[in-house]
Amino acid sequence: MIVFILRRLGVMILTALCLTFVVFFLTNLYPNLEKLAKTQGNFRMTDEQVASYLRKEGHLEPLLVKYGQWLGVVPGTTYQGEDGLTGTCFRGTQSAEQVAARPRFCGILQGDWGFSTRFRAPVSAIIAERLGLTGILMFWVMLLMVPSALILGVLAGMREGSRTDRALSTVAITTTATPEYVSGVVLIAVFASSAFGLRWFNGTATSAMENPTFWNFFLPVLTIALYGTGYIARMTRASMAEVMTAQYIRTARLKGVRFRDIVLKHALRNALIAPFTVIMLQFPWLLNGVVIVETLFNYKGFGWTLVQAASNNDIDLLLAVSVVSVFVVLLTQLISDIGYVYLNPRISVT
Amino acid sequence: MSDPTYDGPILEIENLSISFFTRLREIPAVMDFSCVVQPGEAMGLVGESGCGKSTVALGVMQDLGVNGRITGGTIRYKGRDLNGLSQNELRKIRGSEIAMIYQEPMASLNPAMKVGKQLMEVPMIHQGVGTAAARKLALEMIEDVRMPDPERILNSYPHQLSGGQQQRIVIAMALMSRPSLLILDEPTTALDVTVEAGIVDLVKDLGRKYGTSMLFISHNLGLILDSCDRLCVMYSGEAVETGSITEVFDEMQHPYTQALFRSIPLPSADKNARPLVAIPGNFPFPHERPPGCNFGPRCDYFQAGRCDAQEVPMARVKGDDRHETRCLRFREIDWSTPPEPPIATEKARIGAPVIEVDALRKYYEVAANKLFGRGHKQLVKANETLTFDARESETLAIVGESGCGKSTFAKVLMGLETATAGKILYDNREIQDIPIQRRSTATVSDIQMVFQNPFDTLNPSMRVGRQIMRALEIFGIGTSEAERREKMLDLMDLVKLPREFADRMPRQLSGGQKQRVGIARAFAGGARIVVADEPVSALDVSVAAAVTDLLLEIQRNNRTTLLFIAHDLSIVRYLSDRVLVMYLGHVVELGTTAQVFAPPYHPYTEALLSAVPIADTSVRKKRILLEGDVPSAINPPSGCPFQTRCRWKSEVPGNLCETEVPPMRRLADGHQVKCHLSESCFGQMEPVIELAARPGSDGQ
Ligand SMILES: Nc1ncnc2c1ncn2[C@@H]1O[C@H](COP(=O)(O)OP(=O)(O)OP(=O)(O)O)[C@@H](O)[C@H]1O
Ligand code: SF4
Ligand code: SF4
Ligand SMILES: [Mg+2]
Repeated sequence: MIVFILRRLGVMILTALCLTFVVFFLTNLYPNLEKLAKTQGNFRMTDEQVASYLRKEGHLEPLLVKYGQWLGVVPGTTYQGEDGLTGTCFRGTQSAEQVAARPRFCGILQGDWGFSTRFRAPVSAIIAERLGLTGILMFWVMLLMVPSALILGVLAGMREGSRTDRALSTVAITTTATPEYVSGVVLIAVFASSAFGLRWFNGTATSAMENPTFWNFFLPVLTIALYGTGYIARMTRASMAEVMTAQYIRTARLKGVRFRDIVLKHALRNALIAPFTVIMLQFPWLLNGVVIVETLFNYKGFGWTLVQAASNNDIDLLLAVSVVSVFVVLLTQLISDIGYVYLNPRISVT
Repeated sequence: MSDPTYDGPILEIENLSISFFTRLREIPAVMDFSCVVQPGEAMGLVGESGCGKSTVALGVMQDLGVNGRITGGTIRYKGRDLNGLSQNELRKIRGSEIAMIYQEPMASLNPAMKVGKQLMEVPMIHQGVGTAAARKLALEMIEDVRMPDPERILNSYPHQLSGGQQQRIVIAMALMSRPSLLILDEPTTALDVTVEAGIVDLVKDLGRKYGTSMLFISHNLGLILDSCDRLCVMYSGEAVETGSITEVFDEMQHPYTQALFRSIPLPSADKNARPLVAIPGNFPFPHERPPGCNFGPRCDYFQAGRCDAQEVPMARVKGDDRHETRCLRFREIDWSTPPEPPIATEKARIGAPVIEVDALRKYYEVAANKLFGRGHKQLVKANETLTFDARESETLAIVGESGCGKSTFAKVLMGLETATAGKILYDNREIQDIPIQRRSTATVSDIQMVFQNPFDTLNPSMRVGRQIMRALEIFGIGTSEAERREKMLDLMDLVKLPREFADRMPRQLSGGQKQRVGIARAFAGGARIVVADEPVSALDVSVAAAVTDLLLEIQRNNRTTLLFIAHDLSIVRYLSDRVLVMYLGHVVELGTTAQVFAPPYHPYTEALLSAVPIADTSVRKKRILLEGDVPSAINPPSGCPFQTRCRWKSEVPGNLCETEVPPMRRLADGHQVKCHLSESCFGQMEPVIELAARPGSDGQ
């Protein structure tokens, strides 16, 4: 088991390295750096000014050196300016003694995630805060999505082809076929605007960041959940319908077990094995939905941060976002594998 | 619930008709079926695949699925009509009064629920007892089905048990609340013969102990003889003959029953002097039944204008108790005439050795654990030091239970796997290390294989003729398309398929016809060695006989060496010249058919022979039950591979059996046995199967 987890961690680190390198490469293309310089300085900078700004900030080193510095395996570089030293491991201009007293390495291995140019704050603080906000959102999404999807799927799948099945399946297909940016807009239009006179909910979730209530939080949660619900419900239905035709269900029926107990005691656990994996694999997709919904409802969470970082070529922040995303995705996979083992007694961990 | 004073028949089925409704048509699966099961009686139900046996059983349970419906007749259980019961009433009967067991034990147990819980559920539902009491009952029941360590069993999941153990659990579950009627639908088809023998014994004993009536469904007449008092023969949805075992077996009164007995290899059959007689033609689909007698088109006694002019009713056979037959002519037919004198063929001359196998070993490496695997590997010892030869024109049977390494050897011979050690000499060339891609065309076309399942081996989207021509092309036969087509048509003639079939798709052929295509393909390149891996075990008896005879005929004419892999000893005895018995990767006995089937035996062969059900009332068998299961090939026992189950072990002094692998010993010319037993012990062995003198003559 330990070996298994360690191996998974290895895969995670490797994936994160590859992904960050790609992000690093893209954000360090010269036009992107130029844009960064201009947004940080001013938009009327000349080419020379841009170049000198970039050199001062350490952006003109070779790509691999910069990547190594970000990782913390290559020492930070310093530049001799007119009024002191500038460098990659500290902000602003400092004297030689001050610089000498500072650590030479300043990458993520040292716990330094860098500085966000967009928010002018340390990346680690931003990520922690935003991730917390998104965590709250996801928690409610899961709380709404998983039980409703499972109930829907089980109800539809336990009597395949019945009227309940057909009705529920239609609902499930409709919700998955509607992308978040459509359902979000429709939900806002119907329940949060004067268009239908139903101003039941808030159309923005900004206030939910401090104080989430049913009124300001329900719509974003619902928008994300709807999409996933349909998907998971369909998986559950298929899995349930298949289990209901299995021989051991017939055995149970011919033993005289009541229909309700057949569903709850005999079918459910077997039927949940497949959807469980799907729920976990839903996470990456949910992150996708998070980006759209957070932007749409102006909820300043992780997804919103990603959009901000990308549009401002905020290198350090983007890299951190990538690393966190990789870990979230792979972590859910790990949980899914372990849960699968737990649900399915035929696979044992020895 | 049920009336304790009731003393009529347990089950009465009268004129039952059951149909399945599909989008295309109504499929009448069962028509006008009647049968009665008396208290304590075991009723056998036999017939070919698709004749409606399972449908009758599910009809009794009132569990026909969404598209099945009872369209006529009544099913009375202890006098109550089951057809009229509500779901609630049915639930009270199912599991407590009538229980059912079916073919796949693994599939009938819930994989995610502990065995104990599944057992305890029954008394908890029907007797309303608490958990503790239910557990106690479950423990007692496990002991009743003779399983060691009941506590551990109750706490295991189904996948942690072997097939035989699973089936015992299923039986325990069915008998938990002492039902009056137990329906068994092919309960042992998925199991090995030695395990099957144990299960059948168990069912018989428990049936007697609890006075349970049984409806025992099987396609194996031998098994029915071993376990039932009466039987009912079904053909195409109808009962065609019913009566007591002895009457139906010895004084059959229906042409189909007679044909069925003539198509199975009984100890008296012989491939040269008394070959099997296949039933001509094919089984009709339920919606394409002929007018009049269903068996008409295949019946030797068919009389036009009579048999096809009217519905044939069930008729009482005079003088006999409850013996009925569905034949218009049963009084006219002289049931004692032997079958048409067969064209007796000459025994083939056995030639020089073609294949010599010397100390061949094949080990597989497997990951210890699928999901979290890698890391440490385990060795599966599939073949351990096989040494034997096979000669020209000879049929060498390789027998043994599943997992003993029969198919592994076939794969190594074919070049689908390479050997771990040892040699296979083909015409004095070593071929054990040459995979099939690197073998010369001549070698590939010389060594061919006929597979067990004709359904998997044909490409479903290619016409049959094309597939045979592809084989010819691969074997480099014929220079032009036309020439190959000619050759292909010859091959169709050879396997006795109509030439038009060349343009059919595999799905338009029946199982037996597909197997013929498989045989045509194997012989396309003039094969010298054909490995037939259970070639007829997936086919119905009547079809199997025809396919077997075809294989033998081609072999005789081409002087082919036939390596016949089988677990069915009846067919092996019928067709092979020499027999090789395998156990856990070892050859334990090798000899001519006569030597292997008569004492002295290897202790394993002895048990194997006694386990084979034989459909002949004049055969006396000695029952030797093997304890436990076949050990795993990953962890074989030390010393003699058979020592964990051998009943002769105590006769060997010291602990020789546990410590040393016995050497191959010659008992007679050409007869070898791998066992430590002394000469005198071998001398004491008695025959397991004896043919008693037959009282009077009968239809056989
Ligand atoms: N659910 C179903 N829908 C349509 N046809 C069916 C269904 N179940 C069975 N049949 C048809 O009914 C006939 C009888 O089938 P049944 O399963 O009773 O045969 P069987 O004697 O048990 O065969 P086997 O020996 O292969 O188990 C067959 O022709 C089969 O194709
Ligand atoms: S009724 Fe005629 S066709 Fe049918 S079994 Fe009897 S003799 Fe044969
Ligand atoms: S060697 Fe011993 S254990 Fe093996 S078969 Fe012979 S008597 Fe039995
Ligand atoms: Mg069946």
